[in-house]
Amino acid sequence: MLEIKNLHATAGDKEILRGIDLTVNAGEVHAVMGPNGSGKSTLAQVLAGHPAYEVTAGTVTYEGEDLLAMDPEVRAQQGIFLAFQYPVEIPGVSNAYFLRAAYNEIRKARGEEEIDPMSFADLMDERMKLVEMDPAMLSRSVNTGFSGGEKKRNEILQMAVLEPKLAVLDETDSGLDIDALRIVANGVNSLKRPDNATIVVTHYQRLLNYIVPDFVHVLAGGRIVRSGGKELALELEEKGYDWLLEGAVA
Amino acid sequence: MIESYLKGFEQLASNGGSAAPDWARSLRLSAITRFEALGFPTTKNEDWHFTSVAPIAEREFDLLAPPAHRVTAAQLEPLTFGATDWHTLVFVNGRYDASLSSTKGLPDGVTLVPLTRAYEELPLLVEQYLGKVAAYEGQTFTALNTAFLDDGAVLHVGREVEVARPIHLLFVSDPSAGAGTSQPHNLIVLDRSAKATVIESYAGLGDGAYFTNVVTEVVVGDGATLTHLKLQRESAQAYHVGTVDVRQARDSHLVQFSFATGAALSRTNIYTELRGEGCGATLNGLYLGDGEQHIDHQTRIEHVEPNCYSREHYKGILDGSAHGVFNGKVFVHPAAQKTDGKQTNNTLLLSEKAQIDTKPQLEIFADDVKCTHGATVGRLDETSLFYMKSRGIDARTARELLTYAFAADVLETIEQVEVREALEAATLQRYTEH
Repeated sequence: MLEIKNLHATAGDKEILRGIDLTVNAGEVHAVMGPNGSGKSTLAQVLAGHPAYEVTAGTVTYEGEDLLAMDPEVRAQQGIFLAFQYPVEIPGVSNAYFLRAAYNEIRKARGEEEIDPMSFADLMDERMKLVEMDPAMLSRSVNTGFSGGEKKRNEILQMAVLEPKLAVLDETDSGLDIDALRIVANGVNSLKRPDNATIVVTHYQRLLNYIVPDFVHVLAGGRIVRSGGKELALELEEKGYDWLLEGAVA
Repeated sequence: MIESYLKGFEQLASNGGSAAPDWARSLRLSAITRFEALGFPTTKNEDWHFTSVAPIAEREFDLLAPPAHRVTAAQLEPLTFGATDWHTLVFVNGRYDASLSSTKGLPDGVTLVPLTRAYEELPLLVEQYLGKVAAYEGQTFTALNTAFLDDGAVLHVGREVEVARPIHLLFVSDPSAGAGTSQPHNLIVLDRSAKATVIESYAGLGDGAYFTNVVTEVVVGDGATLTHLKLQRESAQAYHVGTVDVRQARDSHLVQFSFATGAALSRTNIYTELRGEGCGATLNGLYLGDGEQHIDHQTRIEHVEPNCYSREHYKGILDGSAHGVFNGKVFVHPAAQKTDGKQTNNTLLLSEKAQIDTKPQLEIFADDVKCTHGATVGRLDETSLFYMKSRGIDARTARELLTYAFAADVLETIEQVEVREALEAATLQRYTEH
């Protein structure tokens, strides 16, 4: 599904990603871990097409196509979803309007008809239950005045509605208490299917108790310095990152 | 060209204004004298630093003649919010038009009449307040307006009376019979614990340069609540100067919104004095400019007494070479302890040539107060654009939606539902259908 080869990316004149190689197949859950400043979030943002980062070398192939050549909206229409570490507040646009606009854009890209408001309301009812969200949140402006936990749940709600093929969760666990973490993780787990994949970017092992990865990668200094199974996350929890970092930073 | 106004004043004094009582005539006389002494302000005047009124000052405006053809109810339809049960006074080229107006269904204790009738029906009230709330001594345009005091709306809401339906004062200008000016003067008085919603609309019915110079004097009595909306949608070549001057008594509330999108040059003054304890004033506004438009707002909130609050949020979207001005003054007098004031001005610039001069002015003479102000000027937020795109929304739609949302954020503070929905729809259409 996704093949990243020798990916280098800069922000301004600072090189952050220094040669990432990663392959994700359908049905898999990958965890990308690493200390602060290792490039985890940059990798997530580059996959979504954030304009602040420039890819200077390498390739990313998604479903056989050149992902880096696509605009962010095309990537989303092709099934890529980034759950933001800091979801953006958009005063003046209601959550419901925003979700329906996004949903219809993605349907259009798939060659499907726009959904009528009634059917969309039914869909929302169903998906909101997944993340235990109060329906009143739908009429509020996108993320505006939401608590940290509400914003993260709202991200997962969007994911549940848009049904991406490849979801990238960027530190979705940061700032969540244990109840919110469980709700978010349950949402993600219930959306898992054999034909989609998830990349979970996280600093802590905690989230991986709930979203169990097939592979764990440790990012340091803009490179993957170790890959393994889910047991690697437990080892990191126990030993920290330092033992992997020696010699990793060029 | 103050001479043309002096000549016009002579004419009015000798015929048109003959229905007015003696005190009104002498008020007009002092006002024209004051106008002549003041002359038009220049940009050296601090209050007019960013706005040159030369386009108005250099033209000669006679009083607007009646339109070439009678204005019909159908022409007013786009301006009446689909409402059929509002209490409406319509003024055409500054003159009350009874055939287009309707005051049926007004509750007992409410008087809503044109000024000429108010002289007969509410003689004490108009004598008490006219020309007294909106001081003209230092204000050229208020002096000019007061000199031509002749028509306008007078609303009196008696003690504890609540007017359920909105009162719409609709001023339309049709310059088909030639350029000219109208100088409406309104008076709104709410007695103790009264409640009303008043919408003042200014709109053009056809192209042509005309000049609307309006003054609205407002008295909100003890515990009374006034919701006041001023909608400036004049024709593209028009000039508009509008002043709303409010006096608030103890425990009264003013909820004011100013929407300005029309005219080549407009200046809106919203002033309120919180003269009793426990008052609240909310002043919000939205200005939308394009082309060569110049849109200026000046607000002034005088906190005279303790324990009052004021909230102010003005937003603007400027495109083309439009020039916006926002000058928000908040004065906290020495006695006004525990004042709670917040002022915000945000402007979105859609083009390189659009510009805004924003000048918050906080002057605090009491020591135990909580006052903040902030202003932002900017372009569409790249992070928000990326967020929307990352959900599959194309770049153009994202820009349009964010532009609309910027305005909707303040439009949604309008409680009057018909007006809010109409302005939201018009704004959505303006920024999304290119």
